[in-house]
Amino acid sequence: MQMENKIAKEFRKFKPFDFYQTGTEKYYLLPFRFHQINSEKEVIVNEVGDFLIVPIGTARRIAEKEIEYEESLFIDLVTNFFISEKPIPDLIDVLATRYRTKKSFLDDFTALHIFVVSLRCNHSCHYCQVSRVSENRQDFDMSVENLKHAIEHMFRSPSAAVTMEFQGGEPLLAFEKIKFGVEYAKLLNKKYQKEITFVICTNATVFTQEIFDFCYYHEIRISTSLDGPEFLHNANRPKLGTKSYEMVIDGINTARAELGHDMVSALMTTTALSLNYPIEIIENYIENGFDHIFLRPISPYGFALKNQKKNHYHTRKYLDFYKKGLDYIIQLNKEGHFIVEDYTTIILKKILTPFPVSYVDLQSPAGIINNVVVYNYDGHVYASDESRMLAESGDFTFRIGHVKDDYKSLFYGEKARYFANFWSNESLAGCSDCGFQTYCGADPVFHHASQSDLEGYRPTSDFCLKNMEIIRHIFDLIDKEGKQVLSIFNSWVNNRPIIKAL
Amino acid sequence: MIQLKTRGFAVNIPEKLLAIVLTDVQDNEIVCFSSSINLEIVLSTRIPTSSSTKCMVVGIPSLMHLSKGDIVLIDPNGTINTLFRKQSFHNSLFITDRCNSNCLMCSQPPKNFDDLDHHFKINTELISLLPKTIKELGITGGEPTLLGRRFITLLEQINLELPTTNIHILTNGRVFAWKNVVEKLQRVENKRTVYGIPLYSDYYQQHDYIVQVKGAFRQTILGFHNMARYGLRLELRIVLHLQSYKRLPSLSKYIYKNLPFVEHVAFMGLEHTGYAIKNNDILWIDPKEYADELEESIMFLDTMGLTVSIYNLQLCLLKPSLWKFARKSISDWKQKYLDECVNCALLSNCGGVFTTSKVHSNYIKAVTTIAGQIKE
Repeated sequence: MQMENKIAKEFRKFKPFDFYQTGTEKYYLLPFRFHQINSEKEVIVNEVGDFLIVPIGTARRIAEKEIEYEESLFIDLVTNFFISEKPIPDLIDVLATRYRTKKSFLDDFTALHIFVVSLRCNHSCHYCQVSRVSENRQDFDMSVENLKHAIEHMFRSPSAAVTMEFQGGEPLLAFEKIKFGVEYAKLLNKKYQKEITFVICTNATVFTQEIFDFCYYHEIRISTSLDGPEFLHNANRPKLGTKSYEMVIDGINTARAELGHDMVSALMTTTALSLNYPIEIIENYIENGFDHIFLRPISPYGFALKNQKKNHYHTRKYLDFYKKGLDYIIQLNKEGHFIVEDYTTIILKKILTPFPVSYVDLQSPAGIINNVVVYNYDGHVYASDESRMLAESGDFTFRIGHVKDDYKSLFYGEKARYFANFWSNESLAGCSDCGFQTYCGADPVFHHASQSDLEGYRPTSDFCLKNMEIIRHIFDLIDKEGKQVLSIFNSWVNNRPIIKAL
Repeated sequence: MIQLKTRGFAVNIPEKLLAIVLTDVQDNEIVCFSSSINLEIVLSTRIPTSSSTKCMVVGIPSLMHLSKGDIVLIDPNGTINTLFRKQSFHNSLFITDRCNSNCLMCSQPPKNFDDLDHHFKINTELISLLPKTIKELGITGGEPTLLGRRFITLLEQINLELPTTNIHILTNGRVFAWKNVVEKLQRVENKRTVYGIPLYSDYYQQHDYIVQVKGAFRQTILGFHNMARYGLRLELRIVLHLQSYKRLPSLSKYIYKNLPFVEHVAFMGLEHTGYAIKNNDILWIDPKEYADELEESIMFLDTMGLTVSIYNLQLCLLKPSLWKFARKSISDWKQKYLDECVNCALLSNCGGVFTTSKVHSNYIKAVTTIAGQIKE
């Protein structure tokens, strides 16, 4: 009893801060990478995407064990999982959980299933990445038999939530196929009980009341193309004898009235012409009632793909366009106008949140097969939307089979296993040691198309040039503008305006 | 301040008895009933002139704090403790005075004797007497998980006897670092139970120093993760003082990155009593002086979608941007307003101060409205 009292008494005695130090002021390195972001700062990034912006040379100091216990940086490095005071950190399990969480978009496997129900189209956009055919060629529609096979594959996906996206051509020209597809999917879903999101990607010029009624009943989302102001939109997206812009705006407004404002979204394609008008495009989106805009990177698939010089020129011009646009959007937000740039937000989610971000064009392992698959009008199955665009120009590298093939041979077949060699940036030359690795992705389709090499060569890669510069620019903004821009970025990540109390 | 304890002279009280109050005060008396001896007990402020065989406690200074439906613990030595107040939303089961931590600012310093059996017996009986309709019930200590296996037994009993009551458990969460403990807890888990667990820093040494235990940070963080894995509901509590305020923004970032599953984060003003008096020099900072750190932390967590509250701080000490987060959190029996507060325009929205606190901020000042605008 006395012994016990003695222990208790000792335990209740207050001890100073130093007493609780369990390390030895020595430290051990945890995995991290770094990259210079401007003339004064570099960013250090750990395995789960946590970052610290520090003076240039800090990464070297950390690696050479020069950080002193007395520096405030020491504590920040410990709490952010850059160094550990023990060879194995106490909370390594927490780090493991966080890594698992970041990569958990893989758990669900293929979630986005794209159905190209028809190659027919009523437009003749010069940037069209799919060789479209004229409106009355019904032999370019997907057959009911193939459609059924494709839908059955979708239900074989382990993902509890799937998106069934109809594309074209103009898919609404084959509305009967969409109708059949949605109804067949709902029939099968009585057994599979998946959460299905339906999307139709349309130019919004061929709506009928029957289509709206059907979309309303089945809660189908409309995704359309809007390239900006009238002169630009019409130049990019010509339609014989009519005005495309007027028709799409009319289509958007009618669809909103019929289906609800939030059921309609728009995507822009950046063309060489668009590059001169970032502000005008953003203003046009605001005028038309959108609070999101995707300053989508210029796509090389419609250009001279193998012409590296030209691609580089376009990529650099795109980066100027993006930065001008982003600056303008940030300024609008500072003035209290909530508008979100979507590409920045995708990257910001990777930088600022502990959650997984599944965006098929920027993830590792890549989105192909892992998160997206395309069932083409002719029954062939492709690893991604870009894969089928390549096929239209005669390159069938990313065709993984036919809807009549069995699920395993499509999704786990020889081709899928071959692509797997190139779809993780953790194991790609030039990416494996890159400071932005956790925020970026791998794109074997792009690198095959532009460099004839699925692995890709980073020094001349436009994918690399574009994403490295965008990510660097975002960190530069965070460093230079600090809390104000961070609070705007945080509001984008959470998709809710900053609410100023009182 | 509402009295929770009083004392008179016990007459014919054979042992400690739990009794339900049957009447409001009438003629300086109230009548209670003890089911364990199946007899009525009279509580009176008077002293009777003749002897009686009735069970009584007499000569009690005042009975005004008791009313019909309350539950009291009557001791043969004449002490009457109120264990349950029907009119209150702040009822708790008190599990123990013991604790395996020794926080610098503990408002109710732990004691080193074994009172677990004593309280367990009372609580078991008390739970069965509580009205089935009560909305909220706290479980507190000391450190309630020191009950060990009987902690689970207690939760099982609550599940059975109070199937619709929301349960709020205050624990340091350290024992949940052991997965087998959480597994057992998960078996009695229900969606009405929330665990309130404190975290005071994102740096282990600072947290361990504040709670005065080596390894506490590691245990608490692992505890959070183990509990989240089993879907238990979690609230995170931060007490604000000189040792915790500097890293508040880093702590908030740490919470969002590593503990985003907590459903509520509470920032709590210091109750200046108990150990806090003894450790005043290393704890006291006027809330006005940490206003910037507090605002940055709360705005960040709120933007990131976490639910945030401020407890125990007066509105006049907070930036107006934070007013909407302030809750009237101080339990009714130890809450008051200062003289200064009488003329304050925000009085009805403000939680006031602790009657128990020995020190209040120098900046507590009535807020007045001018032309519809609220100004300090």
